[in-house]
Amino acid sequence: MSPRPAIAEPRWARIFLCGLALLLLALFLLLPLAAVFTEALRRGWGPVWQALSDPDAIAAIELTLLVAAIAVPVNTIGGVAGAWCIAKFDFPGRALLLALIELPFSVSPVISGLVWVLLFGAHGWFGPWLQAHDLQIVFALPGLVLATLFVTFPFVARTLIPLMQEQGRSAEEAAATLGASGWQTFFRVTLPEIRWALLSGVLLCNARAMGEFGAVSVVSGHVRGETNTMPLHIEILYNEYQFVGAFAVAALLALLALVTLAAKALLERGGPRGSLAA
Amino acid sequence: MMGSSDQASIMPAAARALRRRHLLLGAAALLPAGAAQAQSGGGGQLLNVSYDPTREFYRDFNTAFVQQWKNQSGQAIRASASHGGSGRQARAVIDGLQADVVTLALAYDIDAIAEQGLIAANWQSRLPQNSAPYTSTIVFLVRKGNPKGLRDWGDLAKPGIAVITPNPKTSGGARWNYLAGWAWALRQPGGSPDTAQAYIAALFKNVPVLDTGARGSTTSFVQRGQGDVLLAWENEAHLAFAEFGNDKFDIIYPSLSILAEPPVAVVDRNVDRRGTRAAAEAYLQALYAPEGQALAAKHFYRPRDAGVLAANKARFPQLELVTIDDPAFGGWKPAQATHFNDGGLFDRLYQPGR
Repeated sequence: MSPRPAIAEPRWARIFLCGLALLLLALFLLLPLAAVFTEALRRGWGPVWQALSDPDAIAAIELTLLVAAIAVPVNTIGGVAGAWCIAKFDFPGRALLLALIELPFSVSPVISGLVWVLLFGAHGWFGPWLQAHDLQIVFALPGLVLATLFVTFPFVARTLIPLMQEQGRSAEEAAATLGASGWQTFFRVTLPEIRWALLSGVLLCNARAMGEFGAVSVVSGHVRGETNTMPLHIEILYNEYQFVGAFAVAALLALLALVTLAAKALLERGGPRGSLAA
Repeated sequence: MMGSSDQASIMPAAARALRRRHLLLGAAALLPAGAAQAQSGGGGQLLNVSYDPTREFYRDFNTAFVQQWKNQSGQAIRASASHGGSGRQARAVIDGLQADVVTLALAYDIDAIAEQGLIAANWQSRLPQNSAPYTSTIVFLVRKGNPKGLRDWGDLAKPGIAVITPNPKTSGGARWNYLAGWAWALRQPGGSPDTAQAYIAALFKNVPVLDTGARGSTTSFVQRGQGDVLLAWENEAHLAFAEFGNDKFDIIYPSLSILAEPPVAVVDRNVDRRGTRAAAEAYLQALYAPEGQALAAKHFYRPRDAGVLAANKARFPQLELVTIDDPAFGGWKPAQATHFNDGGLFDRLYQPGR
């Protein structure tokens, strides 16, 4: 007797549902993506190159990479620490910590930007002190980094927590009984178990850090060539009727995101035991 | 630790190297960032915080001024600009954006900065012509051939006309649009504040969507093809003309419009702290000089300089222009309080989706 198929739905239903999913994917994901690249290349490679080699565009690209280069490592350390605490220990306030880690997901990006203005703006809580010491936080690099840190904080922790909870504590407990120190346990036992999920979280965090618009828009000040990140530069070009330029920078940003996703996909294929599915 | 396994080779070597460089860069940049920002103000840089439609003008002007300042003082300076809705830009300066000069859409927005003590209260009398080196007015941009026959303000309030204008709550340009319509209605035979209210209500009934800024409205009209008529800054209308070709649009000059005087000011507290006062004041003076006036005219701002205006006569048709100090308005503060503050006339007259 042949085994009963796992999925009992009729064939037409399966075809219909898969077709629907593919159609929606094409409509909502592939079509806009294709539009970005088509618009960018509408007048050939010359204008694209021109838009990307404009000093303001180069400044925006550098700033975007710099902000990501600061925000991603900080959030990687913070995310691992947070996930480690939540998955491996019981302590009062654990649920609160979990909720706090997820807070940036549920808060509007505009708020994520405004809080820094309220704290560090000229009329913010720390504004007078900062002005007295000639320090600029909002409308400068530190503000952009803070806003990005806030928005991208959950990515690493959220990727790690389910996996670490599933793995349980037995390996760490065994390590402890064999006399390993806390650091030894972390680097020799915990980290090798989570490294693929960690990389995946870092890549997602990086993609969001480079692409964030709302929060950085509030704290940027929009000074051309100085405090504009790539997403903000795209908006400016679009508003100046430089559509080819806007889409050229947009295509580069999309390309960075695609490379990130491709790297993640590659890692998932290489990762052991499909642990990245978490 | 992570690289010990052979699977690490899946992550390309270049990417690993890049990430390592990022880490170094990041560590190097994290702490001195605040200090570097503070020290960059030492005469080397001038920031002009401006409103939306001046982007193209100030790009040209900044290039010219950098050269002029170098000839004049021997100092190399970097002139940069930030653009956005006028009210929002004023807010950013109040919140600590380090503007050396502000060049905004209305005196009201500079007054708001002055009220916080960043600019001297008498700022408007420090420069000629109410501190407005150029003026502009509000015109109609219509589809080619003017298919709906829109000639004057009265035509815009007729049923079935779609009017594109930004939100007077957030956009300086939109307030000028509104006030120009109000002034026109008041001057019609039998005009009174009551008939003007009825006119504004009918006009805004024809507005399908209120964008937050002038540039957003222009994009709605020009790029997305919404509406029959765009109420636009004269220079915005000409820019749309230049960008998209004159075979798509016509510019209509109504019988009466408003004299918009976008003012400029040095942000005293910032320039004194950053040591940029000399450059900032020279920057604003240069706006009044013939070269600056010619650049303004090139970008379709009406120059104050009689000679430059005469040379560009064909660009700027004559029409009756009322000012904000007209008895109908009595200056920006009463106009703002009557029309645009929360609970003001605009809030009562505009009912979206009706």
